[in-house]
Amino acid sequence: MRPDQKPSPTLRAERLFADYGGPPVVKDLTAEIPTGEITAIVGANASGKSTLLRALARLLRATEGAVYLDGADICRLPTRSVAARLGLLPQSPRAPDGVQVEDLVRRGRYPHQRLFDQWSKTDEQAVEQALKLTGLVELRSRAVDELSGGQRQRAWIAMALAQDAPMMLLDEPTTFLDIAHQVEMLDLLARLNQTEKRTVVMVLHDLNQACRYASHIIALADGRIEAAGRPTEVVTAELIERVFGLKVSVISCPVTDTPLCIPYRHNY
Amino acid sequence: MTQTARLCTASAAAILALAVVGLVVGDFPASARSAIATAIWDRGGEFDFVINTLRFPRVVVAVLAGICLAVSGALFQALIDNPLVSPDIIGIDTGAAACAVAILAIGLDTQWLPYAAFAGAVGTAGLIFVLSWRRGFSGGRLVLVGIGINALLTAVITYLLVRFPIERVSAAARWQAGTLSSSSWSDARTLVIGLAVLLPVAFLLIRRLRVMQLGDDMALALGVGLERSRLAVITVGCGLAAVVVAVVGPLGFVALLVPHVARALAGTLSGGVLLLTALLGAVMLLSADLVAQRLFAPTVLPAGVVTAAAGGPYLLFVLRRFNRAA
Repeated sequence: MRPDQKPSPTLRAERLFADYGGPPVVKDLTAEIPTGEITAIVGANASGKSTLLRALARLLRATEGAVYLDGADICRLPTRSVAARLGLLPQSPRAPDGVQVEDLVRRGRYPHQRLFDQWSKTDEQAVEQALKLTGLVELRSRAVDELSGGQRQRAWIAMALAQDAPMMLLDEPTTFLDIAHQVEMLDLLARLNQTEKRTVVMVLHDLNQACRYASHIIALADGRIEAAGRPTEVVTAELIERVFGLKVSVISCPVTDTPLCIPYRHNY
Repeated sequence: MTQTARLCTASAAAILALAVVGLVVGDFPASARSAIATAIWDRGGEFDFVINTLRFPRVVVAVLAGICLAVSGALFQALIDNPLVSPDIIGIDTGAAACAVAILAIGLDTQWLPYAAFAGAVGTAGLIFVLSWRRGFSGGRLVLVGIGINALLTAVITYLLVRFPIERVSAAARWQAGTLSSSSWSDARTLVIGLAVLLPVAFLLIRRLRVMQLGDDMALALGVGLERSRLAVITVGCGLAAVVVAVVGPLGFVALLVPHVARALAGTLSGGVLLLTALLGAVMLLSADLVAQRLFAPTVLPAGVVTAAAGGPYLLFVLRRFNRAA
């Protein structure tokens, strides 16, 4: 249990447009993130997955439309109060040279500390809990840059956990990890979702992993939503061809009964 | 006691020891006992002038200026996430010097020099900030703009020194080397005021800086208002550097090197590490000034020459390690 069990906030995008100073990358997008579930955002490269995630996390200001956190425009809310409700793990976060695991995790407490506050018991508990959940208690005084890829990613997840936000957004949390560490990472997120009722939103490249771990899928193509819903309902051979331009056969996964996409050969 | 606390205690002890040495040594030697007595409880007596007018203020100014410079360097290096940045590298000192030389060149009295230097430092900081602002702010751009401005202002100084009569600008040339030899109690008072205002803010900014070190996205996600925080860090960092350059003149390398030493000894930035940085700054400047006074005695060197002479090789050493890591 989290030390301070807050209900997960609601998050939705309404008629959202977002760009990086050029043509719109996310276009007229309306989506609702189901509370208490795992949502996976999937799509081809440059389809606007990360842009959508960044806009949902208010790292990118909407050019039109808005993102609403608990019904309020996220860009108008005090940034710290957003940070207490919504955590984000960017794609390749940067650790300062030589920083130790515990020191990194402690920095996640920032949104809960007021200007003159001392390090509190709640802060300490949140950090301990985060280290425990990610299996990093033994590695707490190791330098982050000396860890393996999987351990390093766990350290970042621990930092986001210490932030103690009931909703977590993750941009491709499995990149640069081998398949065993990918499964370990996704299992960790699934566990956080189940035991702590955290809402998880993540951009995933691997469609089959998205189907396996997410209860809600948002499939993007060219900055728009092609389909959204339960994987078993929306992931069809026809959708995959529209979103990725790839012919696949969708079968049921022998292990989890979730949709499994087997690509055909690509003929040039 | 943690490692950082031990190091801070050791540094504080070193400051006290060096301060006593600073009171004792000189052309008119005093015993440690009488020097301390004269400075603290037995004012007056045969050493009164030497201790209380010459040596004691000088020691105090070295301690305070060292603290200012080291903290300023630590703030800049954390903000820009580059260990090779400091206020003197991006032109704050040169800006102060250019302004100082300019007022002497047009014939104003040297009493205006500290004010001109302070104005030059603040003005240069503002100029760098404005020029490196483009839809937000990037640390890399700030460094590049700063290095450009630094080069430009160096040219301005050279022009002024060549263009105007030597007897007018020679005072400026001497001041430019950064010397503590004419430090007075009023210099110490100026530094105390600067530190009283800026140092608490620097410590309050640490928590924010620790988050900002994780990159812009992470800092935003954790609820740090980036632009405001950067402005605050730059203002405090420049302010500390400006006060020193106004009182003592440009002192290279202290701001650049001391944060490295503190990091190597105590790890990444925290309140404790900033305190250690401040104390080590005082240690470095005090020792540099002692060396400057005594190395070729009775010829006295400006402290800035010593910090540069010690700093240059250390910088090369850091660069070597930096290159190997990259």
